[in-house]
Amino acid sequence: MAKIEKTGQAGTLESSDIMITVVPDKSGIQIELESIVMPQYGDAIRATIEKIMKEQQIEGIRIKAIDKGALDCTIRARVLTALDRAGAEIREVLA
Amino acid sequence: MDLRRTMLFIPGNNPAMLQNGGVFGADSVILDLEDAVAPNEKDAARQLIGNALRTCDYGMSEKVVRINPLDTYGVQDIKAIVPCGPAALLVPKVECPEDIKSAAECIAAVESAGSQVKIVALLETPKGIAEAYQIATADTRLVALALGAEDYTAALGAKRTKEGREIYAARMAVINAAAAAGIQSIDTPFTDANDEEGLLKDTAFAKEVGFKGKLSINPRQIDAIHSVFNPTDSDIAWAQKVLAAIRKAKAEGSGVASLNGKMVDLPVVNRAKTMLHLAYRLGMVEEVAEA
Repeated sequence: MAKIEKTGQAGTLESSDIMITVVPDKSGIQIELESIVMPQYGDAIRATIEKIMKEQQIEGIRIKAIDKGALDCTIRARVLTALDRAGAEIREVLA
Repeated sequence: MDLRRTMLFIPGNNPAMLQNGGVFGADSVILDLEDAVAPNEKDAARQLIGNALRTCDYGMSEKVVRINPLDTYGVQDIKAIVPCGPAALLVPKVECPEDIKSAAECIAAVESAGSQVKIVALLETPKGIAEAYQIATADTRLVALALGAEDYTAALGAKRTKEGREIYAARMAVINAAAAAGIQSIDTPFTDANDEEGLLKDTAFAKEVGFKGKLSINPRQIDAIHSVFNPTDSDIAWAQKVLAAIRKAKAEGSGVASLNGKMVDLPVVNRAKTMLHLAYRLGMVEEVAEA
């Protein structure tokens, strides 16, 4: 498993987007999620973020996500960009 | 040959527009990594476009990605985007055949077996226009030349007008080079999205002089551009009469056909066939009878 060394951020607060901030943490994967569709899709968004952390073999990370109705492909893109900007080595995983 | 009456630009770092790009009915969508994306967001836009290519439904629209010039971020763009399965890349600011050859080599290095990513070359500098035919014949991946008149006229020092007299020579150079190479020519966008009358006039002129389609910067332009490039009922009737005249001449053992007193020669027959094939693809005729 790998860790990130610095903070990374990607995305915007515009409709259909999601703003992701990743911060190094001591252990595990902590997700703080705000979403305009929390009752309907909150669990699915968390699951998507957790899945990407597993695929990328990242732990020791805190992820803050502010969702404005992003599709799965947008969540994936924004999380990977934030990880990349935080210094993680992104593995090629077919979506 | 693929239909490219409209090629619609979609900003590459805008999820809302990327996910809806397929609903407008454009023949091609161009997911844009170049002008629409700030330099510090190129990485984010590559991820967005890559994931959109893999998962978003663009319907019948051909999936094209405009990369950055190869001397800026273009090589990184190709490495990130080609494995995600675009149909074609729009390569901007092409000035010489080597630009296309370099892009083709970069594509081949990362392309999966069995796929063949096409290239559309965007000519938007005086040098690119001057080299149009050499560019058009640079590589078999090339399927079209497109004209970008805003940068071109800026480089000329000419004022860009709606009438477009300042780009007449460039338009004809692009059309002729593409036709000589057997590929398509795509006209520059009409940039005033609120002027539908101007758009119709500009598109009608583009069709008249030989362009096969037009770049578009706003979804509202799609229907107007299609209405110009689609065959009219009288076009279809004329083409059907031409083919009927050929069939009649063949049946009578005559080598020469005529329609309304005018000889029907091979170029006319080919134009009629192309027209009817287009009408067939658009569902405007039920079949294309052989000549």
